Amino acid sequence: MTDHPETSGGAPEASDAVGHPGDGRTARAGATGTRTAGTHTLAADHVSLAYDERRVVEDLSLTVAAGKITSIVGSNGCGKSTLLRGLARLLKPVGGAVLLDGEDIRSMPTKQVATTLGLLPQSPVAPDGITVADLVGRGRYPHQGWFRRWTADDDEAVADALASTGTLDLAERSVDELSGGQRQRVWIAMALAQRTDLLLLDEPTTFLDIAHQIDVLDLLVDLNESRGTTVVMVLHDLDMACRYSDRLVAMRDGRVHAEGAPGDVVDAQMVREVFGLDSLVVPDPITGTPTLVPMGRHHRG
Amino acid sequence: MTGLSVALVVLAAVGMTLGDAAVPLSGILDTVLGRADVLTQFVIVELRLPRLLTALVVGAALGLSGALFQSIVRNPLASPDIIGITQSASAAGVLGVVVLGISGLALTGLVLAGSLVAAVAIYLLAWRGGVAGYRLVLIGIGVAALCMSVVSWVLTTSDVRDAQAALVWITGSLARSDWSTLNPLLVCFAVLVPLTAYLAPWLRSLELGDDAAAALGIRVERSRLLLILVAVGLAGSAVAVVGPVAFVALVAAPIARRTLGDGRLALVPAALVGSLLVLGSDLVAQFAIPDVTLPVGVVTGIVGAPYLLWLLVRTNRSGRGG
Repeated sequence: MTDHPETSGGAPEASDAVGHPGDGRTARAGATGTRTAGTHTLAADHVSLAYDERRVVEDLSLTVAAGKITSIVGSNGCGKSTLLRGLARLLKPVGGAVLLDGEDIRSMPTKQVATTLGLLPQSPVAPDGITVADLVGRGRYPHQGWFRRWTADDDEAVADALASTGTLDLAERSVDELSGGQRQRVWIAMALAQRTDLLLLDEPTTFLDIAHQIDVLDLLVDLNESRGTTVVMVLHDLDMACRYSDRLVAMRDGRVHAEGAPGDVVDAQMVREVFGLDSLVVPDPITGTPTLVPMGRHHRG
Repeated sequence: MTGLSVALVVLAAVGMTLGDAAVPLSGILDTVLGRADVLTQFVIVELRLPRLLTALVVGAALGLSGALFQSIVRNPLASPDIIGITQSASAAGVLGVVVLGISGLALTGLVLAGSLVAAVAIYLLAWRGGVAGYRLVLIGIGVAALCMSVVSWVLTTSDVRDAQAALVWITGSLARSDWSTLNPLLVCFAVLVPLTAYLAPWLRSLELGDDAAAALGIRVERSRLLLILVAVGLAGSAVAVVGPVAFVALVAAPIARRTLGDGRLALVPAALVGSLLVLGSDLVAQFAIPDVTLPVGVVTGIVGAPYLLWLLVRTNRSGRGG
């Protein structure tokens, strides 16, 4: 299937959650001890995903490391967003199953799943003129019943979500008026108000300038460290993925090409195979994680 | 919202005093307390009250239906009178009036059935692994055109007097409102409004986009279809009683939202605005020009058409709207 030894097998297990000291995210190695590990497990078991007749993900197995940050990377059209949608039960597998705590996610009531698993889609829609507080409050839907509409718990969850994303002072503002970075924080707050142990994000940094990209990724690390939230995100930027994740899943042609700690997975050969790009992989001078120095036809060093 | 309610009560009270037989406000109070004379009692209870209630309920139903559609489809153009629901109801209504010669409950049923069939057809035609906003609007406009050609065909091939009656009906008129036409509408309203309240939390999630809604634990397509059926029922039952009162569904929710000044899902205010529009337009239609009584749909059309144009121009310029 692939030529990389790190590719994981099929059975869901959380053994990778121990981490790899020294070889990834060294900048935050000191924090790992204080973290509470996530309690829920998410795994893909021989999953195939398709849009109409076109198969995008083929017989893919993956165990998401509980309590860790995992990034899914790969070239355009490799199926990474599709895999994320599949993991979030937004796409029904044509083969295999996505397992949440060992149980087929599609056999569980979807509203119940939403109390464990949150997703920030790539392009969510903010209704015209909606206020930040209203938007974030809509993340409480899974916790509400037909007769138990809004409680003190909901208020607390919303306030907490606003506070931890630094958007408390925007609460009464209209989402339309916010900058791209603020808006993305608000959407993350909406997902946080859902109070899920697992948080999936589809390219959370797209359309943001570099400072806001860092801002959002730092925020995700905060969440992971303070709450033990398991984070799975699709990222375009391999450097950022290396710096900010415990685990990397590199996809190619709908399959997992390589998986593991960024320091173990990313090298020039892997970049060539996954992205079709010649490059030099050097240690990030700040974190020591792998950083890509791309070559091109005009710059070959 | 208090302002809207107060405006509605004032307008309703004023409306009750107007007419061929002038009744002072005190006369209305007397009627409520049961101490008015027989004539006043008759004018108020048998003539004006059913018309007033019909205006209120029709307006609320249309306003609610428009608000639902616009939120479900996430497009300000997606109101039942643009995407073919009202037109298919008209087509069914005209067929019922002219060809089958039916009225009352049977007509209501036929019109409701017609609009439901059209809604299902639009939904299926717009379906491509899910239903997206613009596709549904465009297909709806196509279905609307089709239905209007059915209406034209029936009108041109029918007897002049039948055509005349049908023509008044398809402009939207409250002139024939009495208790017998109001009752089926009240029944539909009493079923559909609680249902709307029950389904509203889905709508609040659906507004955030299909993926976000699904992530929140909504069964997107199923809830969308149910909400559409409720919205069709509201519009269809209103049209069945008074004919297609133009543009009320289109403008009610945006006006409500602008009045409130934020982006909350404003279903109740949209219903209130709908009632205000139909009631106000009906009073204008009856009393603005001495000795001329217009169908209410003519007045709402005059108010609504410029808004539609403005909406299209704005949507074109900013590339927004879906």
